[in-house]
Amino acid sequence: MLISFSLLFEDVGASITSSSICQIHFVLLISRQGKVRLTKWYSPYPQKERTKVIRELSGLILPRGPKLCNFVEWRGFKVVYRRYASLYFCMCINQDDNELEILEIIHHYVEILDRYFGSVCELDLIFNFHKAYYILDELLIAGELQESSKKTVARHIAAQDSLVETAKEQASSLSNIIAEATK
Amino acid sequence: MGSQGGFGQSKEFLDLIKSIGEARSKAEEDRIVLHEIETLKRRITEPDIPKRKMKEYIIRLVYVEMLGHDASFGYIHAVKMTHDDNIHLKRTGYLAVTLFLNEDHDLIILIVNTIQKDLKSDNYLVVCAALNVVCKLINEETIPAVLPQVVELLGHQKEAVRKKAVMALHRFYQRAPSSVNHLISNFRKKLCDNDPGVMGATLCPLYDLITIDVNAYKDLVASFASILKQVAERRLPKSYDYHQMPAPFIQIKLLKILALLGSGDKKASEQMYTIIGDIMRKCDSTSNIGNAVLYECICCISSMHPNPKLLESAADAIAKFLKSDSHNLKYLGIDALGRLIKLSPEIAEQHQLAVIDCLEDPDDTLKRKTFELLYKMTKSSNVEVIVDRMIDYMININDSHYKTEIASRCVELAEQFAPSNQWFIQTMNRVFEHAGDLVNPKVAHNLMRLIAEGFGEEDDTADSQLRSSAVESYLRIVVEPKLPSTFLQVICWVLGEYGTADGKYSASYITGKLCDVAEAYSTDDTVKAYAISALMKIYSFEIAAGRKVDVLPECQSFIEELLASHSTDLQQRAYELQAILGLDANVATNIMPMDASCEDIEIDRSLSFVNSYVQQSIEKGAQPYIPESERSGMTDVSSFRSQELHEVSSHALRFEAYELPKPVMPSRVSPIEQSSSNELVPAPEPSYHAEMHQVASSVPSVSDTGSLELKLKLDGVQRKWGRPTYSSAAPSTSNADIPKIQNGAPQLDAVSSSSSKAVSYDSRRQQVEISAEKQKLAASLFGGTSKSHKRQSSGSQKVPKTNIPAAEKSHVAKNATSDTAVLERTPQPPPDLLDLDESTVSSSAQSLDPFKQLEGLLDLNQDTSTLTTSDASASGAPDVMSLYGETTLNVQSGGVPNLLPAGRDEANLLSGLAGTPNRDGHGENTVTNPTQQLNKGPNAKESLEKDALVRQLGVTPTGQNPNLFRDLLG
Repeated sequence: MLISFSLLFEDVGASITSSSICQIHFVLLISRQGKVRLTKWYSPYPQKERTKVIRELSGLILPRGPKLCNFVEWRGFKVVYRRYASLYFCMCINQDDNELEILEIIHHYVEILDRYFGSVCELDLIFNFHKAYYILDELLIAGELQESSKKTVARHIAAQDSLVETAKEQASSLSNIIAEATK
Repeated sequence: MGSQGGFGQSKEFLDLIKSIGEARSKAEEDRIVLHEIETLKRRITEPDIPKRKMKEYIIRLVYVEMLGHDASFGYIHAVKMTHDDNIHLKRTGYLAVTLFLNEDHDLIILIVNTIQKDLKSDNYLVVCAALNVVCKLINEETIPAVLPQVVELLGHQKEAVRKKAVMALHRFYQRAPSSVNHLISNFRKKLCDNDPGVMGATLCPLYDLITIDVNAYKDLVASFASILKQVAERRLPKSYDYHQMPAPFIQIKLLKILALLGSGDKKASEQMYTIIGDIMRKCDSTSNIGNAVLYECICCISSMHPNPKLLESAADAIAKFLKSDSHNLKYLGIDALGRLIKLSPEIAEQHQLAVIDCLEDPDDTLKRKTFELLYKMTKSSNVEVIVDRMIDYMININDSHYKTEIASRCVELAEQFAPSNQWFIQTMNRVFEHAGDLVNPKVAHNLMRLIAEGFGEEDDTADSQLRSSAVESYLRIVVEPKLPSTFLQVICWVLGEYGTADGKYSASYITGKLCDVAEAYSTDDTVKAYAISALMKIYSFEIAAGRKVDVLPECQSFIEELLASHSTDLQQRAYELQAILGLDANVATNIMPMDASCEDIEIDRSLSFVNSYVQQSIEKGAQPYIPESERSGMTDVSSFRSQELHEVSSHALRFEAYELPKPVMPSRVSPIEQSSSNELVPAPEPSYHAEMHQVASSVPSVSDTGSLELKLKLDGVQRKWGRPTYSSAAPSTSNADIPKIQNGAPQLDAVSSSSSKAVSYDSRRQQVEISAEKQKLAASLFGGTSKSHKRQSSGSQKVPKTNIPAAEKSHVAKNATSDTAVLERTPQPPPDLLDLDESTVSSSAQSLDPFKQLEGLLDLNQDTSTLTTSDASASGAPDVMSLYGETTLNVQSGGVPNLLPAGRDEANLLSGLAGTPNRDGHGENTVTNPTQQLNKGPNAKESLEKDALVRQLGVTPTGQNPNLFRDLLG
């Protein structure tokens, strides 16, 4: 009589731990109003699941007060977040990872963005989200930190941009000025 | 399509982004996006789209997809774009496919060719772009197509390419280890690459490889240690510095690797001691990154072969974390404590107050982490307090994922360390009451088994006391609404088994309650089955005792309801009950012996007791029995069985029907088996039973389950139940006894006062609970309990007074004394973690009043903050930013104990988070790095420019989010 009930209970945790090869599972940028500014998924999440994840996490992170930890536990993972002005940078990692390191990876990213855009603001990321993606791709690959030198990342991005810029007919855009300034 | 805007996109796209930015609801946003999708669908299929425009469409698709909508109609266009020769378009195409596709998408096959071509390109940027895609999209099937080229690129002259090639190879290894097994030696080679970026990237695959097979990499221990040494000695280029730390991310990765290599290996660990000690000394504990490295050091120390000196410095670092004001550091401190506690359990003791503070913290994350720590350090002496706390917390959380976890932890701890069965039952009751549906049902059966078995010793009175108290508590609980099903099953079972055992409650009272339960949960068949079985037991006990049974009207109607039930199981039980009601005392005793649930039932599988009957029948000319396997064609038996099956399948729509037959077995089988051995059974029943036997033979055979069930599933339980914990504690079972004995030993060593053990135990408990209350309450609550507490409360009043005029130096001194006090205390024996026992406190009372200590620390922080603030304002610095910069510097140069800087840093960080004009993380930068300051000079101008530009475009954000222009770092 005891066996039958166990069918009702499934091991909730089992499905989660199985697919945790990479260090960072995804990167999210959410505004304080819960609007998505950037998403990058390193572990496979189907589209429907992504929407759900974003909704869950904005519900979890946005109401948190300023004095609390920059980490939240979520579905057996940990989400490290950091707020800059009205923008939240979130990264999802495994339970046993070094949270403070991730917090600094976020800051590292923001500093690189800042250097690239020249005192970056949310608007820069809204209109140039594809550039934010390029920069992220130089920083993280397959969920691992690939380059920890700001200068190297900046140099690489600048090289790409200069190629891109020459390919472009029109110049004198704001991003162009910035690219030159940061060269 | 109008003018090109300053952001390089068309007006149309900017308008889209603007309108989405201004959307007031998710629904509005969705509407806009859906409209955009329609537009794109139409546009993208138009012939002869200029490439530049196509690129924008692709970026718009990315945007749509990012907002959570389906842009799959455009994937193919993104794929096409990757084929373009223009690197500019190619890059966009590659970016889009990495965002759109996952590794098993059909379109990947169309990209592989392009990737192959691009990996051979002369332009290293093209190669890099291709490698980015390789990392994301190449799957097991397509690895061979690009593998040779990727391997070749490991030797590329550009370090950026080598780095990405390493990462790509790592990715292949993660996807399909077998495909790159022969190439693993490349990772070792790349570790010696002369570019630090490549070396850093190589650490990722090596970490994975070492996780899987430590022994194959033991030879690298010395290399890793020397790399770490060089990194720590700033041999890497300055550009790898991050907030004045030399390449901290590489350090952390190396420390992780060393932790793996040093785990359980004394020889390897010895090679690391020096360097780890060095790093810990060098770590700048004022910055986040410094603390990240420090934390990683602690993790490493806790995993490798222990070294007393390093353990000591790890303990110091943990103390700093825990004393910090930053929640992040406290969190790490708790986590590190949990790691170190396995090696040196005594260090937790110094931090008991900090731990309790974290437990009381409003921050849920911190609280959960603390519970994790408590879980790790639970033992029989503190299990009661900890599990109590856990349950209290569990009651108030909604997150079912975490609730399940904490409930199962409660159960696990209670099973492992329960000081008494009584306590165990009470605890389980609470867990079930609040999280019954989330707990593994096995736990419920353990609980029933425990109540049935009692202490497993001769002490019958204690057993019956235990049962009576269980019955009593269940009668109290059962009236509460909405109990979980599993818990109700336990309740029904216990009430049926022991409800009338002590004669305190009449049969009609208990049966009434059972009927109430059945009525209240009339949709739950399992509960009803348990209820009717319980009724059956009670009535047969009554009959056996020779009392007249009067069935309450509600019971009668309940039975009648079940007689007509759709569930064959319930029906069966109801009929059996009816049959029992008609039996006499003698028979009833045999069918349902009192308190026999633990007795083994001997099953005569060969059914030898029917031999004489069979013999008789054969003599009378009946056919002898032919085993089923030897039969051919339809016989009575098989036709009976098919009937039976048919009956079952006719109820196939009822899903519960499948699980129910099993619960039936024990009660149905037990009376029959028991009685059949006495040869008292009416003839038809054994034959039916025999049938059942065969029917169920595909499932575990009925008799098997029967015997098992009656014992309440003993398998695996015995081990878990830490019987030794209480069997060693003498047969006497009063609740306080066991902890008392265990607590007593250390007390005798340390105590000078001769307070009675029992009292000290009580006061300990009380203290723990009280100190867990907020500090304010503590003083008033503790005032009455004992002298030492009085001192505390008065101390807490004095401390501020003495501190206010005190200069920083005195704080330092004070801090030092309290530190030594902590050290003094370490060697003391009491192992109990949360043991705030009077004895411990009083033995070192003068120098060490935990509250005083704590409050002193708190005051210290406040004081210095006011001090430094006034300093700064005196120096005339007008803005907050430089103020923070200065304080940080002050603190650094002043050489004040690290506790303070940590606090400062946190303030800095927080104000940055709050969006004040303070420059988060740049506090130091502004001062120490004037060039950057210059770079940042035209900030205001730039943002004004941006503002103007955006306004020109007509995309000014409305009042909804005024922060859009605010610098993220500002």
